[in-house]
Amino acid sequence: MIFLDQWISWLPALSPGLGVSLSLTGLCLLFGMPLGLLLALMLEGPVKPLRVVALVVVEVGRGAPALVLLYLLYFGLPEGGVTLSAFATGVISLSWTTGAYASELFRSGLAAVPAGQREAAITSGLRGWSGFRYIILPQAIRISTPPLASLGVTIFQTSSLAFVIAVPELMSKAYALGSITFEYLSVFALTSVLYGSITLVALAFVRLAEQRLSRHL
Amino acid sequence: MLAQIASGIGLTVVITGASLLIGALLGLPLVAARRSAWVPLRTLATAYIDIVRAIPPITWLFLIYFGLPQYALRLDSVSASIIGFSVIASAYMAETYRSGLLSIPQGQWEAATALGMKFLPRTRYVITPQAFKVTLPAIAAYAIALLKDSALASTIGVHEITYQAGLVSRATHQGLLAFSIAGLLYIAMSIPLALAARRVDRVLRQKLEVA
Repeated sequence: MIFLDQWISWLPALSPGLGVSLSLTGLCLLFGMPLGLLLALMLEGPVKPLRVVALVVVEVGRGAPALVLLYLLYFGLPEGGVTLSAFATGVISLSWTTGAYASELFRSGLAAVPAGQREAAITSGLRGWSGFRYIILPQAIRISTPPLASLGVTIFQTSSLAFVIAVPELMSKAYALGSITFEYLSVFALTSVLYGSITLVALAFVRLAEQRLSRHL
Repeated sequence: MLAQIASGIGLTVVITGASLLIGALLGLPLVAARRSAWVPLRTLATAYIDIVRAIPPITWLFLIYFGLPQYALRLDSVSASIIGFSVIASAYMAETYRSGLLSIPQGQWEAATALGMKFLPRTRYVITPQAFKVTLPAIAAYAIALLKDSALASTIGVHEITYQAGLVSRATHQGLLAFSIAGLLYIAMSIPLALAARRVDRVLRQKLEVA
């Protein structure tokens, strides 16, 4: 198998890229998920200016392509006097995308908590924030967990876009390798195998976790 | 500036529209195979759908645009991106159809069969009209997702909205403004799509007299 020999010899060149892709994904989830929850709370909250701000952030984050957001921050931040590394720009931009999508998942989770829970919280004397914090939110997060995990897998795929702003992740390592060896088909096939296998394994775990979680419901 | 970025709308629409159409057509045999009673065919279709969706779109585009010419299949960037997005769309559309079909009660198939309807008329007159109504919002949502994904075609040199915005930002050093315009154009294009889908959905629901 000539293909396989090639692939094995290429793995050392690609694996640092895969590491960058994974850490990019990890950081985006680390920042994006709390951002999503915050945006969801702002959207559901009683303060109108906050609601408007959150609405704009979410609608732009979901409505504009992730690629355009990357370029927007990559070219836009230096214009505002902020100069960051490509990696940092990638983290900020993809966290925005993650947060925007996550906020909708948190919101649907909040909406799925039965109204009786809210009423019960009030009758037990847990009003306002404390009722929300101890009764509604834990249930909402539990409902939102499976779709949020799927979002995490999607974000791993989306991290490949950081290639366009010269983040040294898997896709850019693959492109560099292709332009050295001229074996584009083989290089990108290996890249597809790497992305595909990680995605499929991660999705299998998500499905397993989903079954575990729903067992008690 | 606006004029140059807006000049990319044509190609964005062409790539999104063509891929959606081809993907929608390819999705039909695919969903039939996915639901087939013959296990090897079903396994093959399931594997295709899962694998296509597991690979990032940009990797598909590069595989087709840079990889295929190695074996003498040279494609221009527009056809390469249409082929790439059609492959991706076919997998997503097949899943969309499948969820639509799953929402139709088994009794509808049984009733149509009991009336002596064969596969084609049964599909054409009983199942499809009902499935279409359920699936339409999901198709519209996917069309919007595909519209945004089409921005990736700029990475292989298709002169669509994002590519034009890149050109403008390099020429004028006003990247923030150029990509803000590009982003707003995508949002502006997806709004009519969402509204049209909602309208058609409502009309269809009235026509079929269901809630």
